[in-house]
Amino acid sequence: MAEPKQKGRMQTIRRVLRYAVRFRKHLVLSLLLAVVTVALTLLIPILVGRALDSIHSTGQVDFPAVIRVLIAAGISVLLTSAAQWGMSLLNNRMTFRIVRQIRDQAFAHLQTLPAAFFDGHPAGETVSRIISDADQFADGLLMGFTQLFTGVLTIIGTLCFMFYVHAGITLVVLLMTPLSLFAAAFIAKRTYSLFDLQARIRAEQTACIHETISGQRVIQAFSREQAVLSEFDGINERLREASQTATFYSSLTNPVTRFINALVYAAVGVTGALAAVSGRMTVGGLSCFLSYANQYTKPFNEISGVMTELQNALACADRVFALIDEPAEIPDAEDAAVLENAEGGIEFSHISFSYVPERPLIEDCSITVRPGQRVAIVGPTGCGKTTLINLIMRFYDVNSGAISADGIDIRQLTRESLRKNIGMVLQETWLAHTTVRENIRMGKPDATDEEVTAAAKSAHAHSFIRRLPQGYDTVISDRSGSLSQGQRQLLCIARLMLCLPPVLILDEATSSIDTRTELKIQSAFGKMMRGRTSFIVAHRLSTVQTADLILVMNNGSIIEQGTHESLVRQGGFYASLYRAQFEQ
Amino acid sequence: MKKLLRYLADYKKECILGPLFKALEVVFELMVPLVVASMIDRGIGGGDRAHIIRMALLMALLAAVGLTSTLTAQFFAAKAAVGFAANLRHALMSHIQRLTFSDLDRIGSSELITHMTGDVNQVQTGVNLAIRLLTRSPIIVFGAMIMAFTVDFKSALVFAGVIPLLGGVVLTVMLVTIPMYRRVQGQLDTVTDSARDTLDGVRAIRAFRLESRETARFREKNSLLTAMQEKVGGIAALMNPATYVLINGAVILLIYIGAVRVNAGGLTQGSVIALYNYMSQILVELIKLANLIITLNKTAACADRIAAVLETGGEPDTASAPPEISPANAGSIRFSHVSFTYPDAAAPALSDISFSAERGEVIGVIGGTGSGKSTLVSLIPRFYEPTEGSIVIDGIPSPDYEKQALRARVGVVPQKAMLFHGTIRENLKWGNPAADDAALRQALETAQAADVVSAKEKGLDEPVTEGGRNFSGGQRQRLTIARALVKRPAFLILDDSASALDYATDLKLRQALRILPDAPTVFIVSQRTASIQHADRILVLEDGRLAGIGRHDELLESCPVYREIYDSQFPKEVR
Repeated sequence: MAEPKQKGRMQTIRRVLRYAVRFRKHLVLSLLLAVVTVALTLLIPILVGRALDSIHSTGQVDFPAVIRVLIAAGISVLLTSAAQWGMSLLNNRMTFRIVRQIRDQAFAHLQTLPAAFFDGHPAGETVSRIISDADQFADGLLMGFTQLFTGVLTIIGTLCFMFYVHAGITLVVLLMTPLSLFAAAFIAKRTYSLFDLQARIRAEQTACIHETISGQRVIQAFSREQAVLSEFDGINERLREASQTATFYSSLTNPVTRFINALVYAAVGVTGALAAVSGRMTVGGLSCFLSYANQYTKPFNEISGVMTELQNALACADRVFALIDEPAEIPDAEDAAVLENAEGGIEFSHISFSYVPERPLIEDCSITVRPGQRVAIVGPTGCGKTTLINLIMRFYDVNSGAISADGIDIRQLTRESLRKNIGMVLQETWLAHTTVRENIRMGKPDATDEEVTAAAKSAHAHSFIRRLPQGYDTVISDRSGSLSQGQRQLLCIARLMLCLPPVLILDEATSSIDTRTELKIQSAFGKMMRGRTSFIVAHRLSTVQTADLILVMNNGSIIEQGTHESLVRQGGFYASLYRAQFEQ
Repeated sequence: MKKLLRYLADYKKECILGPLFKALEVVFELMVPLVVASMIDRGIGGGDRAHIIRMALLMALLAAVGLTSTLTAQFFAAKAAVGFAANLRHALMSHIQRLTFSDLDRIGSSELITHMTGDVNQVQTGVNLAIRLLTRSPIIVFGAMIMAFTVDFKSALVFAGVIPLLGGVVLTVMLVTIPMYRRVQGQLDTVTDSARDTLDGVRAIRAFRLESRETARFREKNSLLTAMQEKVGGIAALMNPATYVLINGAVILLIYIGAVRVNAGGLTQGSVIALYNYMSQILVELIKLANLIITLNKTAACADRIAAVLETGGEPDTASAPPEISPANAGSIRFSHVSFTYPDAAAPALSDISFSAERGEVIGVIGGTGSGKSTLVSLIPRFYEPTEGSIVIDGIPSPDYEKQALRARVGVVPQKAMLFHGTIRENLKWGNPAADDAALRQALETAQAADVVSAKEKGLDEPVTEGGRNFSGGQRQRLTIARALVKRPAFLILDDSASALDYATDLKLRQALRILPDAPTVFIVSQRTASIQHADRILVLEDGRLAGIGRHDELLESCPVYREIYDSQFPKEVR
């Protein structure tokens, strides 16, 4: 169990390194600067110590020596800060650019993924991989790595310098080091369960907040404000108690390690001073030691923080890489043909398809649609209507059999040219975060403003667009609630009215539009569909009666085909569906 | 931030004692360099070993006392910060309960949730850190300076010179970077939205072959983000080297002055070391202070957002007491020339609506998408106040009708059927906590929901998860109807709430509503003529105006809009 995990981790690290290798010059330079920074920073206390040794007592000051040492100190201070700045700039640049690269790569990869991926992964999760995981990955790994590097370097450097100044006292410091580490680990272990409790109550409270706020209107309608508030207060009070202990205990780490530091400091002071009395050490040396004792334990605390961050960063890296590694959809065939101005004949011959192998959906289905025919697909929810459309658009490929457009197997066509010939309006509307005008223009980017307005008028969207704050220039976003579902569908219809490809797909295109507006749009649809092949999915039977061909689907297969009249006469599934609607 | 301070009022004691104990710790810490100086001058200089050991013990003692006072301070800080956050959450939640529907529309649910969770947590962290560190850092910085003055006046002038310079550097970097960071955050949101948009519209994007355009747009936004991050990162990265140069420059100067002073006999070697140590303490604290200010700045932004919500809306009710209802007027509603415009909307949602309804009548409301049907019925329980005209309910002008009293008489079944976590029984009793099981079952029968409950293993005690997600849309709809009926309302509003029901169930529901013992006045909003054609009166809305009013057969004669709707649903051939 642990071994493959370890192996996977190594692979992730290697892959991360490959990104860093692209910036190898930056990386090498940054590491060099880190060495310089650490060395010079540690040099300062020694220089200061030397200067202090030259300031012995009244009349006993060796000015040339003091000045020499101070000039050296000045130069190293300037060099240190320059190296520090350079290192930050390099690290920033590396981090931000690697994040950019990974994001671009992940985003571009999204465009090549099969529709199955989007149906199987919640959008929010994928977004967080591209945005926050990429961020944390770069932050944690690169910043963490440099911090770890400087931290370890500082500890080793300090020990070396200390040994150089005085070996005996160094041993005192070394012996006391584990104390502070143990204390920090002890506190962290104790606080874990407290934080866990806090997290659980907080989750409970968040759920309560979610429900209350999204149901606020119902709560007010039922005058339940007091009841809801007192339930909330109960959780709030429990959270307060749990948080208070968790916050207090977790805040112990710093003071306690600081206390142990102070003890180390005192120990260094006493051993150093005693050594100085017996002449085994200078006062400057002692001062230098005291500075080191002060700085030395800090990297330990940082490193333990960095280690958890690195773990987290690796987990994030895994998630981003998993997204980038998702298999792309089968690319267009090398010799794929380009479908130009299709006539619109679509043929399904003996196709079978299922989303998951264990649950067969469409089996041996054959349909012939002649150019210009109007095809309606009806049937209960989940019967496979939308699947047929997924197949025509090649969002999914059939498992066996073939679909052809104008007699050519659609797998022999470029996806782009196939889709260019098909226009669709789906029940799930999608609008880009831009102006109304740009949204309508999407299928035909070179359309004039007049054409846009005309399309909006024929979709009966013009009157509500005009009432928007900035009319056609109002910026809409996919998630803002400023447009009703019906209005959004009207915009999508306008979009289709503008580009008018030879094949049209209307998948519950008017489900959120009231019947009266729908009736008006139907006449526009009627005009639009003349001479075009069209597929209409609708649950209201009133909208499908005029179709040339009605496909009745149930459980993935087409159980009846024909015109409205012939199907009603047949007295089968369609006829019973139809009658149910008008029973009073 | 200031406006939120009153929620800290319960913790005055902690807010004073916390920083006080923190200050105490700092004082002990500031004494250490003096102890070291004495150790050097008297101990090493005078060869007094006993003194050295005494001083080391004193240092340990100072550390122990410092630890105790710091722990005390941390305790007070945690108590105050956590308590403050709890108070704030309570205040926000109870304020949200008072918000009007217009306020809720304007602020938005997801924003409110962010305020209640993320923002409050950030404020809690901020207050905690402020109590712990806001006093510590300045006291160390200025304390170190004062101590330096007690050691040697002339040398201490270096402190007086460098501290303002340091402050200046830190402040400048922060003033420059804070607004830049805010813009970076904004750009990050743009990039996030862009990714989100693409995922939501993946089919449409492919259908319109916009993949490469979307990728190019994303790259552009992403590159801009990187450029912004690098720029602000470069400026922020100046802070450490700059403060490092200033402090160490000051140290060099200090030692030189020290050398001169020692040579002249005004200062001892130990004192120079003490001065050097004080300077080092300042550097560490300054960096902490800068980080603290960044956190506090974030906190202030969150606090401002919270304060803005607490100040928004929630106007007190125009009526203060439940009115007297005369039996003659009970159950009646009169709209005269009512218009209503949503806040920030360009056009009115309702204009010049007049009609009346009497007790026990069934009123149908029909019209196209966005014609104002839901808005019209939302005015009845005073969810919104009309912008013009007047509404009289139970003979009482609606602004004088206390909201609580009015809503107690109105049963609303909203468009979006939502239940709350708990049991079916708890949900049903929302409008009437005193209702017994018989009453609940009666309401379930009327709402055609009895089978929903009987199909469940635990019946009325079947648990309901958040939002009622463990029930189907149709089941939820019927349960919400039952919930409204348990209230035994004088007015019942069904806002397109039978849309998920099949025609037969819808019919049974309407028949059952007709024979309710309390004879409520019923409003049925629907897009289906079948649902409202037997109503006593039908209001036909178009673009917020009343296009017709009357009975089904009258409207078929007189109202072209109504006839069109009817024809669209009942094609002539099947009639």
